[in-house]
Amino acid sequence: MALVSVPSLMQDLTAGQDQVNIEGETIREIILNFDKVFPGVKDRLCDGDRIKPFIAVYIGSELSQAGMRELVSPDSEIHFVPAISGG
Amino acid sequence: MPEDKEFKVIGTRPIRHDGIDKVTGRAAYGADIHFPDMLHGKVLRSPYAHARIKSIDISKASSHPAVKCIITSDDLPLVEDTITELGETVINLKYLSDNILASDKALYKGHPVAAVAATDPYAAEEAINMIEVDYEILEPVLDVRQAMEPDAPVLHESLKTESMGKGEDQSQNVASHSQRKHGDLEAGFAAADIIVERDFSTATIHQGYIETHNATAQYNEDGELTVWCSTQGAFGVRDQLSKILKMPVSKIKVVPMEIGGGFGGKVQVYIKPIAALLAMKTRKPVKMTMTRTEVFEGTGPAPGSYIRVKLGADKTGKITAAEAHLIFEAGAYPGSAVGAGSLCIFAPYKIDNLQIDGYDVVLNKPKSSAYRAPGAPNACFASECVIDEICQKLDMDPIKFRLINGAKEGDRRCDGPIYPKIGYLETVEAAQQHGHYAESIDKTPNGKLRGRGVASGFWMNGGGRSSVTINVNADGRINLIEGSTDIGGTRASIAMQAAEVLGLSSEDIMPAVVDTDSVGYTGVTGGSRTTFATGIAAINAAENIRAQMIGVVANHWELKPSDVKFKDGTFLAQKNGEELQMTFKEVAAVAGGPLVGSVTASPGGAGNGFATHIVDLEVDSETGKVDILRYTAIQDVGRAIHPSYAEGQVEGGVAQGVGWALSEGYLYNDEGHMTNASFLDYRMPTSYDLPSIETVLVEVPNPGHPYGVRGAGEVPLVPPLAAIANAVSRAIGVRMTELPMSPDRVLEAMGSI
Amino acid sequence: MSKKTHVQTEINGEGIEFLCEPRQSLLEVLRDELHLTGAKEGCNNGNCGACTVLMGDRIVNSCIVLGVEAEGEKIETIEGIATSEGLHPIQQKFLEHAALQCGICTPGFIVSSKALLEQNPTPSEEDVRFWLAGNLCRCTGYHKIVEAVMDAAKALNTEVADNA
Ligand code: FES
Ligand code: FES
Repeated sequence: MALVSVPSLMQDLTAGQDQVNIEGETIREIILNFDKVFPGVKDRLCDGDRIKPFIAVYIGSELSQAGMRELVSPDSEIHFVPAISGG
Repeated sequence: MPEDKEFKVIGTRPIRHDGIDKVTGRAAYGADIHFPDMLHGKVLRSPYAHARIKSIDISKASSHPAVKCIITSDDLPLVEDTITELGETVINLKYLSDNILASDKALYKGHPVAAVAATDPYAAEEAINMIEVDYEILEPVLDVRQAMEPDAPVLHESLKTESMGKGEDQSQNVASHSQRKHGDLEAGFAAADIIVERDFSTATIHQGYIETHNATAQYNEDGELTVWCSTQGAFGVRDQLSKILKMPVSKIKVVPMEIGGGFGGKVQVYIKPIAALLAMKTRKPVKMTMTRTEVFEGTGPAPGSYIRVKLGADKTGKITAAEAHLIFEAGAYPGSAVGAGSLCIFAPYKIDNLQIDGYDVVLNKPKSSAYRAPGAPNACFASECVIDEICQKLDMDPIKFRLINGAKEGDRRCDGPIYPKIGYLETVEAAQQHGHYAESIDKTPNGKLRGRGVASGFWMNGGGRSSVTINVNADGRINLIEGSTDIGGTRASIAMQAAEVLGLSSEDIMPAVVDTDSVGYTGVTGGSRTTFATGIAAINAAENIRAQMIGVVANHWELKPSDVKFKDGTFLAQKNGEELQMTFKEVAAVAGGPLVGSVTASPGGAGNGFATHIVDLEVDSETGKVDILRYTAIQDVGRAIHPSYAEGQVEGGVAQGVGWALSEGYLYNDEGHMTNASFLDYRMPTSYDLPSIETVLVEVPNPGHPYGVRGAGEVPLVPPLAAIANAVSRAIGVRMTELPMSPDRVLEAMGSI
Repeated sequence: MSKKTHVQTEINGEGIEFLCEPRQSLLEVLRDELHLTGAKEGCNNGNCGACTVLMGDRIVNSCIVLGVEAEGEKIETIEGIATSEGLHPIQQKFLEHAALQCGICTPGFIVSSKALLEQNPTPSEEDVRFWLAGNLCRCTGYHKIVEAVMDAAKALNTEVADNA
């Protein structure tokens, strides 16, 4: 199971839990399964079937570029963080 | 620095390919474009910082004999009030469009309201003054903390605070609230032996590129739009024009001219859509250039900010907890660099318990835009000053403090992800060993006060998409076609990477930056991504060429490609006990047809950048003026491809930092009018304000790049504000918390006025 | 439309005549009428030096000189600094020292530096920094520009010594 760290502003949905183990082979599956355990999560992370534009996904130390299709392995650590851009 | 033996081209200092054109005045910049039949465009800008536009009467102006066309926001296609992805960023289309020409409200002094095309620039100027606009003047809000008050004037009725989907009860001017948090803050502060908490503020400042914005547009009868302009990213301009004008991207060609500086400020479009619209309506080429005052009043400054930092450490100097609140000026529309500031604020350190809250707040100033490591200089100014104060209170050497707390590979970043290979501690160690740090300073020579400051900084650096095409000529020299605008020598740094792969010299490569019809999609020259990402595209294209040439050689020698080796620019093989060899140039001649390699790359693994700076300075206790005496900037660049241009990035960043720290800042009156919108009154450092700057390039290769490159362009602007503030504070014995540290502020801090 | 004035002048060694409006600056005339776009506009009010040209033996910001003032003058612009022999040593040193990044300020710096070295062939670093304070560069932090000018002074002095 991948380890998802819950953004602090979403911990209202997880009763304060800051990390959860979620089953899934892609980010899409992770989010859908995450939403099953804590309903409302998907709405906060996605617009329809896309990650919201303000959110970036990290797998370990790598910024994911594949959005919902990104592959996840069982020992992955997943972070949803506010997206930023450079100058 | 010793030249690296491993490489033939990388690490050397060849003359840049575009150099001769630039020292002889031949290089063509955007404003140098001229068409015999062109019209000149000019923008009418709001004289008020906050006003409702009740009506616009263009009848008088239209009767001016030289006027060919007048446009207002009514001439822009209606776009939805929704957020969409735009190339590499995300943007609310209505905000984007309204910033080009205000529709219902003018939100800052200088906000475009209408535009004119006329046969000469003087007539265009006369005509805009004949346009009559009826404004209902509204109360402006010019301070972020004020804008957050519940009864503050509201800029956007429909704005809702974005906070990871969580409804928040904030003032309507708060565009977003982000949070990064881990560990147990309370326990962390409880474990501290010393806690320092302070408020900091930084002024609104400008990127200050010397070339003002420009655009020349032409619209053909077949519906093809061409725009020649100064931009950090031609494809980004194309994307924005396509959304604002509701045109397909393939109908738009953007030609990037040479660019006179950008620093993040030439990503966003301003007059380009206006020139395009005027050209579409008149079917004539329309040229527009901004004045310096228009640049100050109407283009993205870097956000002013208020930041509160609380930091706890134990007696040994170990940080136990850190907390920060960052409030950034978004300007008239959402989207300041507060996110990046929040990410960078404690990034150089391993901190187990922390919380960082960032607020993006709209107010009646021009929409802020990126400026070199956007948000990070503001943020690190606050955190690095608090660290310095903790060091003073613990009586601990600031370098030692950083060695104790510095982050390294495997440590957790403040927002969760783990650091890959980084070179922060290496910059601190290099600072400790540097002669500058070893030499002590005389604290009070002849009545002046001297101080030394140290600070560190972080920038994440970017990757993203870049395309390169390589054509091999029959004489063995190659054309390298790229889409990355060259602002500071990237033609050279990219060409050198291709040269290294092919065993050629830098001079054998002829790089060309071309328009959006002539190369694949390439992201902006920004985010410290170009030498890294376009470099990787060039390496891949060169490898592709090398493979093709091996095929040509194998064919020529009647061998299998796997029998052919390539070493130091020579193709080698053995056949029937005989040693065969051919040079690159010989193969190019034999190939008998063009060899072309085209590649688009989108590399991750940009590799973070860290820097540590040391500054000595002197404060005149009578005038409050600060003179920089000595400056040493140490930075991990991963691998310097062309060390002179890597150093140049550092030196330029430091100079901008000195300006930000000591003399630059927008001054506003109560009505929200900028009162220093010229280079005379907005004081950027001159050669006489600066000492020579010593740069030390540390090379901790980035595993994400074949040669180890890390972006180098942005992080040098991160440490200077704090380094200088720490030095001034130590010199005068009072903590400085507001930028710029102008003479009057210094005297005030010293209690002299 | 205002009446145009006839101006006779010399630019980069060539006799030139042009018509200009009295309100047009020398910079506008150079760039827009004569298409000598090497001099750049950074501020149009005398504060950045991007438009620097030589008028007689004075360095001027051409944005705050009127075109009509060029009457009877000898003007030298960046376009006139390299000769058929090749680059001027200052230009060569700017390249060798990587003293330019975006290059928009470069024409102004080269023209100013040439005037400096003509008046003072052996300037100290302080002299160079003081002299060039009228030219803004936002990219380089001036470090490599100052190095290039000092090195150009050396090269010019060796040239003079060699010719002696
Ligand atoms: S354009 Fe003439 S001094 Fe700036
Ligand atoms: S090189 Fe860009 S302003 Fe000087």
